[in-house]
Amino acid sequence: MKLNERSVAHYATCDSPPDKTGFLFKKGERNTAYHRRWLILKGNMLFYFEERESREPIGVIVLEGCTVELCESAEEFAFAIKFDCAKARVYKMAAENQAAMESWVKALSRASFDYMRLVVRELERQLEEIQEGAAGLQGRPKSSKKAGGVARSKSGASFSASHVPSTQVTGAALAQGSAHARSLQEEVQLPSGTSKENGVAWSKPSALVNGGASLESPVSPGTGCFSKLHDWYGKEVAELRVEWLQKNSSLSLFNLCLMIFLPNLSLTVI
Amino acid sequence: MRFNEKELISLSRQPSERAAELGMRGPKKGDVVKRRLVKLVVNFLFYFRTDEEEPQGALLLEQCRVEREDSLAFSITFLDEAERKYLFECDSQEQCQEWIDSIIKASYEFMRKNLIFYRTEIHRLTGKDPLEQYGIEDETRFQVTSGLHLMPKDI
Repeated sequence: MKLNERSVAHYATCDSPPDKTGFLFKKGERNTAYHRRWLILKGNMLFYFEERESREPIGVIVLEGCTVELCESAEEFAFAIKFDCAKARVYKMAAENQAAMESWVKALSRASFDYMRLVVRELERQLEEIQEGAAGLQGRPKSSKKAGGVARSKSGASFSASHVPSTQVTGAALAQGSAHARSLQEEVQLPSGTSKENGVAWSKPSALVNGGASLESPVSPGTGCFSKLHDWYGKEVAELRVEWLQKNSSLSLFNLCLMIFLPNLSLTVI
Repeated sequence: MRFNEKELISLSRQPSERAAELGMRGPKKGDVVKRRLVKLVVNFLFYFRTDEEEPQGALLLEQCRVEREDSLAFSITFLDEAERKYLFECDSQEQCQEWIDSIIKASYEFMRKNLIFYRTEIHRLTGKDPLEQYGIEDETRFQVTSGLHLMPKDI
C-alpha cells in the first residue's frame, strides 16, 4: 500500500511542536535485539530515528486503535504497543527508568485521533452549555457582535492561537473554511429557553457579563469551530444529544470520564 | 521509511467520516483521472481501486492544503511539495464542498487548535480549566503555549 511517505516524514521534523521526544529502546523487527532509538511523538504518529540528529526517521508507528501495556520482559521498564487487528505486530519498548516509562505509556495511550476527538467534543459540549446558560441569563439569543476589546486569558496566546488559522497554511486552506463559516455566523441563533442539560448553575454573573458574546470574538478563529458550531446549532440541541449518545451508546458520563482519564491504558504487570 | 502497513490497512476498514467514489488524479506528470473509492478515516485519506478490499494507498492529512479547483473539483497539496497536487473530482458542487470541509477538519493539528480554543474560552467564561476534572491539564498536547505553530506563518 502506498503512503505519502515524504510528507509523513516531513510532519515528523517540521516545526510544529512534538508531543513528546526521548530515547527508548525498541525491539527490532527482524533483528530482535533492543536498539536505542530517538523517538518523536506527534499527534497519532510515533516516529523513530536512528540518532537524535538524524534527518529522516527510520520508520513510523501509526497509533490508532492500539493499546499500551506494561509487560513482563527481561528488559526493565518495558512496555508494549499492541494492535487489535489480525497478525498485528507487537511493538516492544523499554525506557531507561520508571519515570520515563510511565511518562511514555501515558503519552502514547492518549495519542490517538479518536481520543483527541473525544476530548474536543466534550469541551464543545461544555462550551455549548455555557453559551446556553449565558443566553438564558441575558434573556435573548446571542447577537453577532465582535467582542472587540478582547479580554485576554491568562495564557496570553489564546487569541493569537485563534487568529492563526486564517494566515497559516498548515492544516489546510482555512480561508476557504473561513468564508464558509462567516456566512454561517449570521445563522447562529441559540434556541431560547433551552433547558440546561445537567442543571449546572454556571458562574457568577460577572464572569458571564465579561464573557458575553464570546463565540464571535475572534474574526477568523479556529474557523472550523464555527462551522462545527453551525453543525451543532443547526439542529435542536436535544436531537444532537440523542445522536451523540447513540454513537457512543455505551458511554455514560462516568465512562466518559474514565475514558478521558485513562483511555487505552491497561496494566498487566505480572 | 517503514510504517505499520497491516495496522493502517486495518484502519482503512474502520467506519469513516466520509466515503465516496470520486475521480482521482495523482500528482505526477502524466497521471490521469481514475475512479477510486475514497475514504476518510481519522486523519488519513484512503483510496481503493473499485472492488478491491485493500487500499491502493493512503494520504496522511497533516501539513497539507485543501483547495477548490473548480466547481466540481478540489485538490490536496502537501506543504513540503507544494507543486505536487492530488486532484479529486466530485459529482456535485455540494459534494465537493462537503469533502473540502471534512478534510480540513480531519487533521490532528486542526483538532488540537479547536481544543485549545475551547479550553481557553471555557476558562475565560468560567474561570475554570475544563481539563482539570479529567486530570489531563498538563498534557503537552493540550498546551496553548507549546510554541511556534501559534504564530502566523508565511507560506
